[in-house]
Amino acid sequence: MEISANTQALAYLVSAILFIFALKGLTHPSSARRGNYYGMAGMALAVGATLMGSEVQSYGFIIAGVAAGAVIGTVLASRVQMTAMPQLVAALHSFVGMAAVLVALGTYMNKAQAGLLNPVLMGELSAGIVIGAITFSGSVIAFGKLQGLISGAPVIFKGQHMLNAVLAAVTVALAIYFGLTESVWALVLMTLLAFVLGFTLIIPIGGADMPVIISMLNSYSGWAAAATGFTLGNNLLIIVGALVGFSGAILSYIMCRAMNRSIINVVFGGFGGETEAGSSAVAQAAEKGVKAASVEDAIYWMEDANRVIIVPGYGMAVAQAQHALKELLELLEDRGVEVKFAIHPVAGRMPGHMNVLLAEADIPYDHVLEMDEINPEFATTDVALVVGANDVTNPAAKTDPSSPIYGMPILDVAKAHNVYVIKRSMRPGYSGVENLLYYQDNCSLIFGDAKDVCEGMVTALKGGGH
Amino acid sequence: MPDTLVALYVFVLACFIGYFVIWGVTPALHTPLVALTNAISGIVIVGALLVAGAESAGTAAEIIGFFAVLLASINVFGGFLVTNRMLAMFKKKDKK
Repeated sequence: MEISANTQALAYLVSAILFIFALKGLTHPSSARRGNYYGMAGMALAVGATLMGSEVQSYGFIIAGVAAGAVIGTVLASRVQMTAMPQLVAALHSFVGMAAVLVALGTYMNKAQAGLLNPVLMGELSAGIVIGAITFSGSVIAFGKLQGLISGAPVIFKGQHMLNAVLAAVTVALAIYFGLTESVWALVLMTLLAFVLGFTLIIPIGGADMPVIISMLNSYSGWAAAATGFTLGNNLLIIVGALVGFSGAILSYIMCRAMNRSIINVVFGGFGGETEAGSSAVAQAAEKGVKAASVEDAIYWMEDANRVIIVPGYGMAVAQAQHALKELLELLEDRGVEVKFAIHPVAGRMPGHMNVLLAEADIPYDHVLEMDEINPEFATTDVALVVGANDVTNPAAKTDPSSPIYGMPILDVAKAHNVYVIKRSMRPGYSGVENLLYYQDNCSLIFGDAKDVCEGMVTALKGGGH
Repeated sequence: MPDTLVALYVFVLACFIGYFVIWGVTPALHTPLVALTNAISGIVIVGALLVAGAESAGTAAEIIGFFAVLLASINVFGGFLVTNRMLAMFKKKDKK
Protein backbone atom coordinates (compact mmCIF):
# COMPACT_ATOMS: atom_id res chain seq x y z
CA MET A 1 0.00 0.00 0.00
CA GLU A 2 1.32 3.40 -0.90
CA ILE A 3 0.08 6.63 0.63
CA SER A 4 0.03 10.03 -1.03
CA ALA A 5 2.40 12.83 -0.08
CA ASN A 6 -0.49 14.70 1.55
CA THR A 7 -1.51 11.76 3.71
CA GLN A 8 2.13 11.36 4.70
CA ALA A 9 2.39 15.03 5.65
CA LEU A 10 -0.72 14.71 7.84
CA ALA A 11 0.71 11.61 9.52
CA TYR A 12 3.90 13.60 10.24
CA LEU A 13 1.80 16.34 11.80
CA VAL A 14 0.09 13.86 14.14
CA SER A 15 3.50 12.40 14.93
CA ALA A 16 4.87 15.86 15.83
CA ILE A 17 1.91 16.44 18.17
CA LEU A 18 2.53 13.07 19.83
CA PHE A 19 6.17 14.07 20.45
CA ILE A 20 5.06 17.33 22.07
CA PHE A 21 2.71 15.39 24.36
CA ALA A 22 5.56 12.99 25.12
CA LEU A 23 7.69 15.84 26.48
CA LYS A 24 4.68 17.40 28.19
CA GLY A 25 4.20 14.09 30.05
CA LEU A 26 7.46 14.66 31.92
CA THR A 27 5.83 17.51 33.83
CA HIS A 28 5.09 15.01 36.59
CA PRO A 29 6.27 11.48 37.42
CA SER A 30 2.67 10.22 37.40
CA SER A 31 2.12 11.18 33.75
CA ALA A 32 5.66 10.48 32.55
CA ARG A 33 5.27 6.87 31.43
CA ARG A 34 2.20 7.73 29.39
CA GLY A 35 4.30 10.47 27.80
CA ASN A 36 6.95 7.95 26.82
CA TYR A 37 4.28 5.81 25.14
CA TYR A 38 3.12 8.86 23.17
CA GLY A 39 6.71 9.25 22.03
CA MET A 40 6.89 5.62 20.89
CA ALA A 41 3.59 6.00 19.04
CA GLY A 42 4.85 9.17 17.36
CA MET A 43 8.00 7.42 16.22
CA ALA A 44 6.13 4.36 14.94
CA LEU A 45 3.75 6.58 12.99
CA ALA A 46 6.60 8.63 11.50
CA VAL A 47 8.53 5.54 10.40
CA GLY A 48 5.37 3.85 9.06
CA ALA A 49 4.35 6.91 7.07
CA THR A 50 7.85 7.23 5.61
CA LEU A 51 8.03 3.58 4.56
CA MET A 52 4.59 3.75 2.93
CA GLY A 53 5.43 6.93 1.01
CA SER A 54 6.40 6.86 -2.64
CA GLU A 55 10.02 7.85 -2.02
CA VAL A 56 11.06 4.60 -0.35
CA GLN A 57 11.32 1.90 -2.98
CA SER A 58 13.71 -0.74 -1.68
CA TYR A 59 13.49 -2.31 1.74
CA GLY A 60 16.37 -4.78 2.08
CA PHE A 61 18.93 -2.47 3.71
CA ILE A 62 16.22 -0.83 5.79
CA ILE A 63 14.94 -4.05 7.32
CA ALA A 64 18.49 -5.20 8.06
CA GLY A 65 19.40 -1.84 9.64
CA VAL A 66 16.29 -1.58 11.80
CA ALA A 67 16.53 -5.21 12.94
CA ALA A 68 20.19 -4.89 13.95
CA GLY A 69 19.55 -1.50 15.58
CA ALA A 70 16.58 -2.89 17.52
CA VAL A 71 18.65 -5.74 18.92
CA ILE A 72 21.62 -3.55 19.88
CA GLY A 73 19.40 -0.80 21.34
CA THR A 74 17.31 -3.23 23.37
CA VAL A 75 20.36 -4.98 24.79
CA LEU A 76 22.03 -1.66 25.69
CA ALA A 77 18.89 -0.30 27.34
CA SER A 78 18.12 -3.39 29.38
CA ARG A 79 21.69 -4.09 30.53
CA VAL A 80 22.88 -0.60 31.48
CA GLN A 81 23.41 0.16 35.16
CA MET A 82 21.67 3.28 36.44
CA THR A 83 25.02 4.71 37.54
CA ALA A 84 26.24 4.32 33.94
CA MET A 85 23.33 6.30 32.52
CA PRO A 86 25.48 9.34 31.62
CA GLN A 87 27.74 7.10 29.50
CA LEU A 88 24.79 5.54 27.69
CA VAL A 89 23.33 8.94 26.97
CA ALA A 90 26.68 10.17 25.62
CA ALA A 91 26.93 7.09 23.40
CA LEU A 92 23.41 7.59 22.06
CA HIS A 93 24.15 11.26 21.33
CA SER A 94 27.15 10.20 19.27
CA PHE A 95 24.92 7.86 17.22
CA VAL A 96 22.47 10.65 16.39
CA GLY A 97 25.38 12.84 15.34
CA MET A 98 26.88 10.17 13.11
CA ALA A 99 23.46 9.28 11.64
CA ALA A 100 22.93 12.95 10.75
CA VAL A 101 26.32 13.07 9.00
CA LEU A 102 25.55 9.88 7.06
CA VAL A 103 22.08 11.06 6.07
CA ALA A 104 23.54 14.32 4.76
CA LEU A 105 26.27 12.50 2.78
CA GLY A 106 23.77 9.99 1.41
CA THR A 107 21.35 12.75 0.46
CA TYR A 108 24.19 14.57 -1.30
CA MET A 109 24.98 11.44 -3.34
CA ASN A 110 21.37 10.82 -4.32
CA LYS A 111 20.72 14.46 -5.21
CA ALA A 112 24.00 14.82 -7.10
CA GLN A 113 23.11 11.78 -9.17
CA ALA A 114 19.68 13.18 -9.92
CA GLY A 115 21.24 16.58 -10.75
CA LEU A 116 19.19 18.37 -8.09
CA LEU A 117 21.97 20.22 -6.23
CA ASN A 118 21.62 23.93 -5.53
CA PRO A 119 23.47 26.35 -3.21
CA VAL A 120 20.69 26.47 -0.59
CA LEU A 121 20.55 22.68 -0.40
CA MET A 122 24.32 22.43 -0.16
CA GLY A 123 24.34 25.00 2.63
CA GLU A 124 21.79 22.94 4.54
CA LEU A 125 23.78 19.77 3.89
CA SER A 126 26.92 21.43 5.24
CA ALA A 127 25.08 22.54 8.38
CA GLY A 128 23.82 18.97 8.94
CA ILE A 129 27.28 17.51 8.45
CA VAL A 130 29.13 20.02 10.64
CA ILE A 131 26.66 19.91 13.56
CA GLY A 132 26.36 16.13 13.30
CA ALA A 133 30.13 15.62 13.21
CA ILE A 134 30.74 17.89 16.20
CA THR A 135 28.00 16.06 18.10
CA PHE A 136 29.59 12.73 17.22
CA SER A 137 33.20 13.33 18.18
CA GLY A 138 32.25 15.54 21.16
CA SER A 139 30.00 12.78 22.51
CA VAL A 140 32.71 10.17 21.99
CA ILE A 141 35.06 12.27 24.15
CA ALA A 142 32.34 12.79 26.76
CA PHE A 143 31.74 9.03 26.80
CA GLY A 144 35.46 8.36 27.24
CA LYS A 145 35.68 10.79 30.15
CA LEU A 146 32.59 9.39 31.87
CA GLN A 147 33.69 5.79 31.36
CA GLY A 148 37.16 6.62 32.66
CA LEU A 149 38.82 5.67 29.35
CA ILE A 150 40.42 9.09 29.20
CA SER A 151 41.25 11.40 32.07
CA GLY A 152 38.33 13.36 33.43
CA ALA A 153 40.60 16.27 34.23
CA PRO A 154 40.37 19.29 31.96
CA VAL A 155 43.02 19.09 29.23
CA ILE A 156 44.30 22.58 28.62
CA PHE A 157 47.07 23.67 26.31
CA LYS A 158 48.34 26.96 25.04
CA GLY A 159 46.58 28.42 22.02
CA GLN A 160 43.56 26.20 22.53
CA HIS A 161 40.98 28.90 21.86
CA MET A 162 42.99 30.12 18.89
CA LEU A 163 43.09 26.59 17.46
CA ASN A 164 39.33 26.17 17.88
CA ALA A 165 38.65 29.55 16.31
CA VAL A 166 40.86 28.74 13.32
CA LEU A 167 39.31 25.28 12.89
CA ALA A 168 35.80 26.76 13.03
CA ALA A 169 36.66 29.50 10.55
CA VAL A 170 38.24 27.08 8.06
CA THR A 171 35.28 24.70 8.39
CA VAL A 172 32.82 27.50 7.59
CA ALA A 173 34.99 28.70 4.69
CA LEU A 174 35.04 25.17 3.25
CA ALA A 175 31.26 24.94 3.61
CA ILE A 176 30.83 28.16 1.64
CA TYR A 177 33.34 27.02 -0.99
CA PHE A 178 31.48 23.71 -1.31
CA GLY A 179 28.15 25.52 -1.69
CA LEU A 180 29.52 27.70 -4.48
CA THR A 181 31.61 25.15 -6.39
CA GLU A 182 30.18 21.69 -5.56
CA SER A 183 33.77 20.63 -4.86
CA VAL A 184 33.72 17.15 -3.34
CA TRP A 185 37.13 17.76 -1.78
CA ALA A 186 35.81 20.75 0.13
CA LEU A 187 32.96 18.55 1.37
CA VAL A 188 35.29 15.79 2.57
CA LEU A 189 37.74 18.20 4.19
CA MET A 190 34.92 20.09 5.91
CA THR A 191 33.53 16.84 7.31
CA LEU A 192 36.92 15.79 8.68
CA LEU A 193 37.59 19.21 10.23
CA ALA A 194 34.17 19.18 11.91
CA PHE A 195 35.05 15.85 13.54
CA VAL A 196 38.33 17.33 14.79
CA LEU A 197 36.49 20.41 16.08
CA GLY A 198 34.11 18.28 18.19
CA PHE A 199 37.17 16.67 19.74
CA THR A 200 39.04 19.88 20.53
CA LEU A 201 35.90 21.59 21.89
CA ILE A 202 35.07 18.91 24.49
CA ILE A 203 38.53 17.64 25.52
CA PRO A 204 39.31 20.69 27.73
CA ILE A 205 36.18 20.26 29.85
CA GLY A 206 36.47 18.58 33.25
CA GLY A 207 34.47 15.69 34.68
CA ALA A 208 32.22 17.59 37.07
CA ASP A 209 31.11 19.93 34.28
CA MET A 210 29.62 16.89 32.58
CA PRO A 211 26.01 17.85 33.42
CA VAL A 212 26.46 20.91 31.21
CA ILE A 213 28.27 18.99 28.47
CA ILE A 214 25.68 16.21 28.35
CA SER A 215 22.95 18.84 28.06
CA MET A 216 24.88 20.75 25.42
CA LEU A 217 25.48 17.67 23.28
CA ASN A 218 21.81 16.78 23.76
CA SER A 219 21.03 20.17 22.30
CA TYR A 220 23.47 19.70 19.39
CA SER A 221 21.90 16.35 18.51
CA GLY A 222 18.57 18.19 18.22
CA TRP A 223 20.01 20.89 15.97
CA ALA A 224 21.61 18.17 13.85
CA ALA A 225 18.17 16.58 13.37
CA ALA A 226 16.68 20.00 12.52
CA ALA A 227 19.43 20.66 9.95
CA THR A 228 18.67 17.27 8.39
CA GLY A 229 15.03 18.34 8.25
CA PHE A 230 15.96 21.49 6.31
CA THR A 231 18.02 19.39 3.88
CA LEU A 232 15.17 17.01 3.20
CA GLY A 233 12.45 19.66 3.35
CA ASN A 234 10.87 17.55 6.09
CA ASN A 235 8.87 19.57 8.64
CA LEU A 236 8.66 16.71 11.15
CA LEU A 237 12.43 16.57 11.49
CA ILE A 238 12.56 20.34 11.82
CA ILE A 239 9.95 20.37 14.60
CA VAL A 240 11.46 17.48 16.54
CA GLY A 241 14.96 18.87 16.10
CA ALA A 242 13.85 22.23 17.50
CA LEU A 243 12.14 20.55 20.49
CA VAL A 244 15.21 18.50 21.32
CA GLY A 245 17.58 21.37 20.62
CA PHE A 246 15.72 23.64 22.99
CA SER A 247 15.43 20.93 25.61
CA GLY A 248 19.20 20.56 25.72
CA ALA A 249 19.74 24.31 25.62
CA ILE A 250 17.41 24.92 28.57
CA LEU A 251 19.02 22.11 30.56
CA SER A 252 22.45 23.63 29.87
CA TYR A 253 21.17 26.97 31.10
CA ILE A 254 19.69 25.44 34.28
CA MET A 255 22.95 23.61 35.00
CA CYS A 256 25.07 26.73 34.44
CA ARG A 257 22.76 28.80 36.63
CA ALA A 258 23.10 26.21 39.39
CA MET A 259 26.88 26.69 39.28
CA ASN A 260 26.68 30.46 38.91
CA ARG A 261 28.76 30.25 35.77
CA SER A 262 28.12 31.27 32.20
CA ILE A 263 28.05 28.69 29.43
CA ILE A 264 31.07 30.48 27.92
CA ASN A 265 32.94 29.95 31.17
CA VAL A 266 32.09 26.23 31.23
CA VAL A 267 32.99 25.65 27.59
CA PHE A 268 36.18 27.70 27.54
CA GLY A 269 36.99 27.84 31.24
CA GLY A 270 38.75 24.56 31.99
CA PHE A 271 37.50 24.97 35.55
CA GLY A 272 38.75 22.89 38.45
CA GLY A 273 41.99 21.31 39.52
CA GLU A 274 43.62 24.42 40.94
CA THR A 275 43.70 24.70 44.70
CA GLU A 276 42.93 28.20 45.83
CA ALA A 277 44.26 28.15 49.36
CA GLY A 278 44.74 31.07 51.66
CA SER A 279 41.49 33.01 51.50
CA SER A 280 41.18 34.50 54.97
CA ALA A 281 38.02 32.73 56.15
CA VAL A 282 39.42 29.33 55.32
CA ALA A 283 42.68 30.09 57.06
CA GLN A 284 40.87 31.05 60.24
CA ALA A 285 38.65 28.01 60.13
CA ALA A 286 41.54 25.67 59.44
CA GLU A 287 43.11 26.60 62.76
CA LYS A 288 40.00 25.38 64.51
CA GLY A 289 40.42 21.97 62.91
CA VAL A 290 37.61 19.64 62.00
CA LYS A 291 35.73 17.21 64.18
CA ALA A 292 35.69 13.56 63.29
CA ALA A 293 32.73 11.48 64.40
CA SER A 294 31.81 7.80 64.45
CA VAL A 295 28.77 6.11 62.97
CA GLU A 296 27.34 5.73 66.47
CA ASP A 297 27.56 9.48 67.13
CA ALA A 298 25.49 10.19 64.05
CA ILE A 299 22.96 7.48 64.84
CA TYR A 300 22.59 8.85 68.39
CA TRP A 301 21.31 12.16 67.03
CA MET A 302 19.43 10.74 64.06
CA GLU A 303 17.22 8.22 65.75
CA ASP A 304 15.70 10.72 68.18
CA ALA A 305 15.45 13.48 65.59
CA ASN A 306 12.22 14.96 64.33
CA ARG A 307 13.60 15.59 60.89
CA VAL A 308 16.65 14.32 59.01
CA ILE A 309 17.66 15.61 55.59
CA ILE A 310 19.99 13.52 53.47
CA VAL A 311 22.09 15.32 50.83
CA PRO A 312 23.41 12.92 48.20
CA GLY A 313 26.17 13.81 45.74
CA TYR A 314 28.37 12.13 43.17
CA GLY A 315 30.13 10.25 45.98
CA MET A 316 26.89 8.38 46.64
CA ALA A 317 26.76 7.31 42.99
CA VAL A 318 30.38 6.16 42.98
CA ALA A 319 29.94 4.15 46.17
CA GLN A 320 26.48 2.85 45.11
CA ALA A 321 25.21 3.87 48.54
CA GLN A 322 21.60 4.49 47.48
CA HIS A 323 20.30 1.08 48.55
CA ALA A 324 21.80 1.44 52.02
CA LEU A 325 20.17 4.88 52.21
CA LYS A 326 16.80 3.33 51.42
CA GLU A 327 17.22 0.97 54.39
CA LEU A 328 18.30 3.87 56.56
CA LEU A 329 15.20 5.76 55.47
CA GLU A 330 12.90 2.89 56.44
CA LEU A 331 14.54 2.29 59.82
CA LEU A 332 14.37 5.98 60.71
CA GLU A 333 10.76 6.28 59.56
CA ASP A 334 9.86 3.29 61.75
CA ARG A 335 11.17 5.35 64.65
CA GLY A 336 8.96 8.27 63.66
CA VAL A 337 11.69 10.39 62.12
CA GLU A 338 10.76 12.48 59.10
CA VAL A 339 13.38 11.84 56.38
CA LYS A 340 13.81 13.90 53.23
CA PHE A 341 16.36 14.03 50.45
CA ALA A 342 17.77 17.31 49.12
CA ILE A 343 19.00 17.47 45.54
CA HIS A 344 21.22 20.18 44.10
CA PRO A 345 20.65 20.67 40.34
CA VAL A 346 24.27 19.79 39.45
CA ALA A 347 24.70 16.85 41.81
CA GLY A 348 26.08 13.91 39.82
CA ARG A 349 27.23 13.69 36.23
CA MET A 350 24.04 14.55 34.38
CA PRO A 351 20.88 16.54 35.07
CA GLY A 352 18.61 14.64 37.48
CA HIS A 353 21.22 11.89 38.03
CA MET A 354 20.56 11.65 41.80
CA ASN A 355 16.79 11.40 41.37
CA VAL A 356 17.17 8.37 39.12
CA LEU A 357 19.56 6.62 41.52
CA LEU A 358 17.25 7.24 44.48
CA ALA A 359 14.28 6.04 42.44
CA GLU A 360 16.28 2.93 41.55
CA ALA A 361 16.65 2.20 45.26
CA ASP A 362 12.83 2.46 45.60
CA ILE A 363 12.97 5.71 47.51
CA PRO A 364 9.56 7.35 46.88
CA TYR A 365 9.87 10.52 44.78
CA ASP A 366 7.73 12.55 47.18
CA HIS A 367 10.60 12.28 49.69
CA VAL A 368 13.04 13.81 47.22
CA LEU A 369 13.03 17.60 47.05
CA GLU A 370 14.76 20.19 44.88
CA MET A 371 17.05 22.87 46.30
CA ASP A 372 14.53 25.71 46.37
CA GLU A 373 11.86 23.57 48.03
CA ILE A 374 14.06 22.20 50.77
CA ASN A 375 16.37 25.10 51.66
CA PRO A 376 13.91 26.80 54.06
CA GLU A 377 13.63 23.52 56.01
CA PHE A 378 17.28 23.11 57.01
CA ALA A 379 17.00 25.63 59.86
CA THR A 380 14.40 23.43 61.59
CA THR A 381 16.20 20.17 60.82
CA ASP A 382 17.89 18.17 63.58
CA VAL A 383 20.38 16.29 61.45
CA ALA A 384 21.63 16.89 57.91
CA LEU A 385 23.54 13.91 56.53
CA VAL A 386 25.77 14.74 53.55
CA VAL A 387 26.64 11.68 51.48
CA GLY A 388 29.39 12.37 48.96
CA ALA A 389 28.44 15.97 48.17
CA ASN A 390 30.89 18.82 48.69
CA ASP A 391 30.91 22.11 46.81
CA VAL A 392 27.10 22.35 46.75
CA THR A 393 27.07 22.55 50.57
CA ASN A 394 29.89 25.09 50.96
CA PRO A 395 28.69 28.19 52.84
CA ALA A 396 31.66 30.09 51.35
CA ALA A 397 29.45 30.48 48.28
CA LYS A 398 27.37 32.86 50.38
CA THR A 399 29.82 34.36 52.83
CA ASP A 400 33.21 34.67 51.16
CA PRO A 401 33.30 37.04 48.16
CA SER A 402 36.89 35.99 47.45
CA SER A 403 35.89 32.35 46.93
CA PRO A 404 35.85 31.06 43.33
CA ILE A 405 32.41 29.58 43.98
CA TYR A 406 31.00 32.78 45.49
CA GLY A 407 27.44 33.35 44.27
CA MET A 408 26.73 29.73 43.45
CA PRO A 409 23.34 28.67 44.86
CA ILE A 410 23.93 26.05 47.59
CA LEU A 411 21.97 23.77 49.86
CA ASP A 412 21.71 25.45 53.28
CA VAL A 413 23.06 22.39 55.05
CA ALA A 414 25.09 24.63 57.38
CA LYS A 415 21.89 25.81 59.08
CA ALA A 416 20.88 22.37 60.37
CA HIS A 417 21.36 21.76 64.12
CA ASN A 418 23.79 18.93 63.48
CA VAL A 419 25.60 18.15 60.25
CA TYR A 420 27.31 14.85 59.51
CA VAL A 421 29.39 14.59 56.36
CA ILE A 422 30.46 11.21 55.02
CA LYS A 423 33.76 11.69 53.24
CA ARG A 424 36.63 9.52 52.17
CA SER A 425 39.38 12.03 52.88
CA MET A 426 39.96 15.72 53.53
CA ARG A 427 40.54 16.36 49.83
CA PRO A 428 38.67 19.44 48.60
CA GLY A 429 35.81 19.04 46.14
CA TYR A 430 35.90 19.42 42.40
CA SER A 431 36.22 23.19 42.46
CA GLY A 432 39.39 22.79 44.54
CA VAL A 433 37.86 25.06 47.18
CA GLU A 434 37.98 24.19 50.89
CA ASN A 435 34.53 23.60 52.32
CA LEU A 436 33.92 26.00 55.23
CA LEU A 437 31.07 23.79 56.38
CA TYR A 438 33.53 21.29 57.85
CA TYR A 439 34.95 23.86 60.25
CA GLN A 440 31.60 24.83 61.74
CA ASP A 441 30.87 23.84 65.33
CA ASN A 442 27.73 21.91 64.36
CA CYS A 443 29.51 19.82 61.73
CA SER A 444 31.34 16.52 62.12
CA LEU A 445 32.97 14.34 59.51
CA ILE A 446 32.63 10.59 59.28
CA PHE A 447 35.55 9.28 57.28
CA GLY A 448 34.94 6.25 55.09
CA ASP A 449 33.32 4.91 51.93
CA ALA A 450 29.74 6.20 51.62
CA LYS A 451 28.26 2.75 51.23
CA ASP A 452 30.19 1.23 54.15
CA VAL A 453 29.24 4.09 56.46
CA CYS A 454 25.56 3.98 55.49
CA GLU A 455 25.48 0.21 55.93
CA GLY A 456 27.16 0.68 59.31
CA MET A 457 24.36 3.07 60.27
CA VAL A 458 21.76 0.54 59.18
CA THR A 459 23.41 -2.22 61.24
CA ALA A 460 23.64 0.05 64.27
CA LEU A 461 19.96 0.98 64.00
CA LYS A 462 18.92 -2.65 63.56
CA GLY A 463 20.87 -3.49 66.69
CA GLY A 464 18.46 -1.21 68.53
CA GLY A 465 20.58 1.91 68.61
CA HIS A 466 21.62 3.09 72.01
CA MET B 1 6.64 31.76 -0.13
CA PRO B 2 9.58 29.50 -1.04
CA ASP B 3 9.82 26.13 0.74
CA THR B 4 12.95 27.06 2.68
CA LEU B 5 11.14 30.04 4.19
CA VAL B 6 8.18 27.85 5.17
CA ALA B 7 10.66 25.50 6.83
CA LEU B 8 12.15 28.45 8.69
CA TYR B 9 8.67 29.46 9.95
CA VAL B 10 8.05 25.92 11.18
CA PHE B 11 11.46 25.82 12.84
CA VAL B 12 11.10 29.11 14.71
CA LEU B 13 7.57 28.32 15.92
CA ALA B 14 8.67 24.85 17.04
CA CYS B 15 11.47 26.48 19.04
CA PHE B 16 8.85 28.42 20.99
CA ILE B 17 6.87 25.25 21.68
CA GLY B 18 10.08 23.58 22.87
CA TYR B 19 10.87 26.52 25.13
CA PHE B 20 7.50 26.46 26.89
CA VAL B 21 7.13 22.69 27.13
CA ILE B 22 10.63 22.04 28.48
CA TRP B 23 10.41 24.66 31.23
CA GLY B 24 7.43 22.69 32.53
CA VAL B 25 9.44 19.51 33.01
CA THR B 26 10.06 18.73 36.68
CA PRO B 27 13.79 18.74 37.61
CA ALA B 28 13.39 15.28 39.14
CA LEU B 29 12.84 13.93 35.63
CA HIS B 30 15.74 15.66 33.91
CA THR B 31 17.63 12.41 33.29
CA PRO B 32 14.57 10.74 31.71
CA LEU B 33 14.13 13.97 29.73
CA VAL B 34 17.62 13.66 28.28
CA ALA B 35 16.99 9.98 27.48
CA LEU B 36 13.61 10.69 25.91
CA THR B 37 14.89 13.56 23.77
CA ASN B 38 17.66 11.19 22.79
CA ALA B 39 15.08 8.68 21.62
CA ILE B 40 13.04 11.20 19.69
CA SER B 41 16.09 12.76 18.06
CA GLY B 42 16.33 9.29 16.55
CA ILE B 43 13.75 10.84 14.18
CA VAL B 44 16.72 11.27 11.82
CA ILE B 45 15.76 7.68 10.99
CA VAL B 46 13.21 9.23 8.63
CA GLY B 47 16.08 10.82 6.71
CA ALA B 48 18.02 7.56 6.87
CA LEU B 49 15.07 5.63 5.40
CA LEU B 50 14.80 8.12 2.55
CA VAL B 51 18.51 7.72 1.76
CA ALA B 52 18.58 3.92 2.05
CA GLY B 53 15.31 3.34 0.19
CA ALA B 54 15.56 5.93 -2.58
CA GLU B 55 14.96 4.54 -6.05
CA SER B 56 17.95 6.42 -7.45
CA ALA B 57 20.30 5.30 -4.66
CA GLY B 58 23.57 3.74 -5.83
CA THR B 59 25.32 1.03 -3.83
CA ALA B 60 27.45 3.55 -1.91
CA ALA B 61 24.38 5.56 -0.90
CA GLU B 62 22.59 2.36 0.10
CA ILE B 63 25.43 1.31 2.38
CA ILE B 64 25.64 4.78 3.91
CA GLY B 65 21.86 4.65 4.34
CA PHE B 66 22.10 1.26 6.00
CA PHE B 67 24.50 2.52 8.66
CA ALA B 68 22.39 5.63 9.22
CA VAL B 69 19.30 3.44 9.71
CA LEU B 70 21.26 1.20 12.07
CA LEU B 71 22.56 4.04 14.27
CA ALA B 72 19.23 5.85 14.35
CA SER B 73 17.34 2.69 15.30
CA ILE B 74 19.76 1.98 18.15
CA ASN B 75 18.79 5.42 19.41
CA VAL B 76 15.08 4.91 18.96
CA PHE B 77 14.93 1.51 20.63
CA GLY B 78 17.61 2.16 23.24
CA GLY B 79 16.28 5.61 24.09
CA PHE B 80 12.62 4.72 24.54
CA LEU B 81 13.36 1.50 26.45
CA VAL B 82 15.82 3.05 28.86
CA THR B 83 13.42 5.95 29.47
CA ASN B 84 10.69 3.46 30.22
CA ARG B 85 12.97 1.57 32.58
CA MET B 86 13.84 4.73 34.47
CA LEU B 87 10.28 6.02 34.68
CA ALA B 88 9.08 2.69 36.01
CA MET B 89 11.31 3.26 39.04
CA PHE B 90 9.72 6.56 40.02
CA LYS B 91 7.13 5.48 42.55
CA LYS B 92 5.09 7.18 45.19
CA LYS B 93 5.31 5.98 48.77
CA ASP B 94 3.90 2.45 49.04
CA LYS B 95 0.83 2.10 51.17
CA LYS B 96 1.87 0.19 54.22
